Amino acid sequence: MSRIDVRKTYKLYIGGQFPRSESGRSYVVNDAKGRLLANAARASRKDARDAVVAARAAFGGWSGRTAYNRAQVVYRVAEVLEGRREQFEAELRAAEGVSSGRARAYVDAAVDRLVWYAGWADKITQVVGNANPVAGPYFNLSTPEPSGVVAVVAPQGPLLGLVSVVAPLVVTGNTVVVIASEQHPLTAITLGEVMATSDLPGGVVNVLTGSQAEIAPWLASHMDVNGIDLTGVADPALAASLEVAAADNLKRVRRPAPDTDWLAEPGLDRMTHFLETKTVWHPIGV
Amino acid sequence: MSRTFEYAPAPESRAIVDIKPSYGLFVNGEFVDGTGTSFKTVNPATEEVLAEVAEASEADVDNAVRAARRAYDRVWSRMPGAERAKYLYRIARIIQERGRELAVLESIDNGKPIREARDVDVPTVAAHFFYYAGWADKLKYAGYGTTPLGVAGQVIPWNFPLLMLAWKIAPALACGNTVVLKPAETTPLTALLFAEICQQADLPPGVVNIVTGAGDTGRAIVSHPDVDKVAFTGSTEVGKAIARAVAGSQKRVTLELGGKAANIVFDDAPIDQAVEGIVNGIFFNQGHVCCAGSRLLVQESVADEVMARLKRRMATLRVGDPLDKNTDVGAINSAEQLAKIRELSEVGEAEGAERWSAPCDLPANGYWFAPTVFTGVSQAHRIAREEIFGPVLSVLTFRTPAEAVEKANNTPFGLSAGVWTDKGSRILSMANRLRAGVVWANTFNKFDPTSPFGGYKESGYGREGGRHGLEAYLKGADQ
Repeated sequence: MSRIDVRKTYKLYIGGQFPRSESGRSYVVNDAKGRLLANAARASRKDARDAVVAARAAFGGWSGRTAYNRAQVVYRVAEVLEGRREQFEAELRAAEGVSSGRARAYVDAAVDRLVWYAGWADKITQVVGNANPVAGPYFNLSTPEPSGVVAVVAPQGPLLGLVSVVAPLVVTGNTVVVIASEQHPLTAITLGEVMATSDLPGGVVNVLTGSQAEIAPWLASHMDVNGIDLTGVADPALAASLEVAAADNLKRVRRPAPDTDWLAEPGLDRMTHFLETKTVWHPIGV
Repeated sequence: MSRTFEYAPAPESRAIVDIKPSYGLFVNGEFVDGTGTSFKTVNPATEEVLAEVAEASEADVDNAVRAARRAYDRVWSRMPGAERAKYLYRIARIIQERGRELAVLESIDNGKPIREARDVDVPTVAAHFFYYAGWADKLKYAGYGTTPLGVAGQVIPWNFPLLMLAWKIAPALACGNTVVLKPAETTPLTALLFAEICQQADLPPGVVNIVTGAGDTGRAIVSHPDVDKVAFTGSTEVGKAIARAVAGSQKRVTLELGGKAANIVFDDAPIDQAVEGIVNGIFFNQGHVCCAGSRLLVQESVADEVMARLKRRMATLRVGDPLDKNTDVGAINSAEQLAKIRELSEVGEAEGAERWSAPCDLPANGYWFAPTVFTGVSQAHRIAREEIFGPVLSVLTFRTPAEAVEKANNTPFGLSAGVWTDKGSRILSMANRLRAGVVWANTFNKFDPTSPFGGYKESGYGREGGRHGLEAYLKGADQ
């Protein structure tokens, strides 16, 4: 008789913990052939709000770390992901029905993307900051700072798409509440396990699974969220309504990007979109 | 408490300006009659009607956008950057040549002291054009690509009419965009004089279009389908409405909105310098400054001394005729704004804060408000939370640096902040922890074309000035 395997319960990832949805709801996630993979947690408004609280609580500490330290932590996420690559490849094959070669390429790219972004932590300030030669006896310096708590609607790509939208925010010091791909949510939770064991402080990344159309409006209108990335919103009407809601506290909004090639090398704009520029003046004198 | 010395008035002559009885719109390089109604612009210091100005209708705005599109497609976006630069340099030079005329007209239409219009606004305007002129042929080095966006719709406020025009038009043109700009309805005259300067510079028709009007005209610009970029400076309320209006479109937006800046004075600060900074922070331009230091946070141990010296200094401020070269504080820009300032000040008293105004004689006509300070203000008071946009300072105290940071950041705004202390490490630590786009340490209200300006949170997004200011008018390095 064959062994009965132990299945994983997929929950949310909030504040470094893996709670079920407070609503007690779940939804069925099928594999590419329509067979049951798991019941994923279906996050509620309250879960979204809890995730924002966790992200806000983590913001001061995370943004206050040295850039070198943030670089090492994001690099550590890449290391741990590399170590669990078989698991992710298997999940991608099951969820998306891709070939093993394709699954390997996605995991390779996700690890490499984390390494690429990790290196930016202590360079982005030098590339986008400025000393400004003002016409007077003043020291004047502009430096980038993270916007704060950023909500993200992740694209469909269960691993590479998710890593590509979250890494640039985290490495620059923002904290994140991400709504995982509605169709392929399970890999996002497994990635949460990687982050939870990579010295990433609890609350820096929070992962919600469930209905994008249900959860995203609560995050878009949340007054303690500073920015929203709509990359994964496929419905233009939903995207427009989220942008309207985001105006309530003038969130920085990144509009949907339906045709992004996640395998291509990214530019700086996913980092700079959620950075503020602070300019400090001081008189020069004796 | 000392009062002002008696000075003989030293009025600047207004003979240098020639205000026409009525003005049309500036579209496609020419002044044209609008199809809408007209409105009057008033000298706020005297309530004298200065001119009738056309109120641009939706059709007028459409004509202006078409002219801008034509100029963009046929001329401006194709012109080598080095040639665009020379037009901008010309404009900068003409602004310098006609500087006194611009300063006097600005003072008359806005109510600001001639000393400020002459020494701050106009020189900074010329410098802004000169600075961005030089970028026009160097964009490939700036990091935002070299592709312009197209037609920019720009809406500016009444507090620094010409300076805000420069902040909008100079980078837009340097990057190869064309513009439709609406000045504020209470201060249209210097923008219309700027249109004349564009003619003198032989700027190709349609590159700059000036449409005057109020909210409806602004809405027509923002929602015009052929506008690629919206740039707005003004209230947070209107900024939010603009953000909603462009939702779901591909329009790019930058917003420079309100503020409630904390100006933080530590016990080791050079008190006399700090008092000058406090006065400059809140009474410069009658407090009609989005980045005004309207919340004074003073360390408890020096609060009494700072307040005593501040009141003594406030009593020496000369309030009155904006064209008098001795004047420190001019007229409130409009009856409407004066009503807002009065209302919030009354709320301040009603909520329990203690009001003190500098003893000064206010002119009988015009819109005036004496420099005013409220003490005993709590964080919950409306005068500590809302932008008053007038010469009214709210004073709170703190004990520790952590408390100062907590109070300073306890606002939905994040435009600017001030720190006064002799301790260098404290300055840098405060500057790191204040959530604001501009931090002035041991100074306040300093502006420069090379220095990016703009807010965090509900003070808006995007930066104006410096290399960063180019980002708002280019497609980006990744596009």
